[in-house]
Amino acid sequence: MIGLPHYLAVSAILFVMGVLGIFINRKNVIIILMAIELILLAVNINLVAFSAFLHDLVGQIFAMFVLTVAAGEAAIGLAILVIYFRGRGTIAVDDINRMKG
Amino acid sequence: MIQTLAFYLFAIMVCLSGLLTITARNPVHSVLWLILAFFNAAGLMLLLGAEFIAMLLVIVYVGAVAVLFLFVVMMLDIDFSELRAGVARYAIFGFALAAAMAVEIVVAVGAWEAGPIQTAGRAAPTPDPAAVPNIQALGTLLYTKYLFVFEGAGLVLLVAMIGAIVLTHRNRGGVRKQNIAYQNRRRPQDATRMTNPPVGQGVEL
Repeated sequence: MIGLPHYLAVSAILFVMGVLGIFINRKNVIIILMAIELILLAVNINLVAFSAFLHDLVGQIFAMFVLTVAAGEAAIGLAILVIYFRGRGTIAVDDINRMKG
Repeated sequence: MIQTLAFYLFAIMVCLSGLLTITARNPVHSVLWLILAFFNAAGLMLLLGAEFIAMLLVIVYVGAVAVLFLFVVMMLDIDFSELRAGVARYAIFGFALAAAMAVEIVVAVGAWEAGPIQTAGRAAPTPDPAAVPNIQALGTLLYTKYLFVFEGAGLVLLVAMIGAIVLTHRNRGGVRKQNIAYQNRRRPQDATRMTNPPVGQGVEL
């Protein structure tokens, strides 16, 4: 019988993979954005699993809002990427230190 | 039995495609593995009875976000082999952090299982799936109790859309475009001139 811990395990594996993806692709912004999408997907699986096993619909409502924010974040991130590439001709993260923040 | 089998199929596929997303050499392959991961996550949510979220995942993530990624990866002319140069330097640190995080999550789940926290009643109990379909229950909740949050989500999307357009829009110089208003404003006295030049002198225009 599949229980809540099974879903939590899948979600944890996916989340950790997303974090790992950010670290092993330190230079490539596109892969980093994809890793963030993986993290948000893991969070969504978590929310929906808890919602189903605790019989509370609010988890699914919030999964929808997470989805909304993920879509907006991807759009803005890729737009910033496109204008950065237009100006500099590269997307290496290491070079993005002009503002010295 | 079939549910257990389906769960393990989807779970293994989602983990495998997640791993291949972050390790693939070609970013286009990365995006395609990401699409597979989204599909399998949608399958997992279907098994949980969250049909609407599963369909939303396919439509929004696969149909919009992944295609957006694919567009950008293919549109920009990037030397990806150069970007992979520093992988080995950060890999050890990354693996250590990932392992620490995995252990933390396992501990958290174990603690949660040992004694479930008594939640103070459900905020919105799920109605019987046989009587009220998932999408109807979600809609009822979304348009009543969470209406303002829902409108806030719409606002987030609007701001993201305007921001993306403002960021990427550019006016190209040196492009000859038809200006219809200017053409319609033109009068005969602005465009033509009557002259009466003396013989042999010509006219300066």
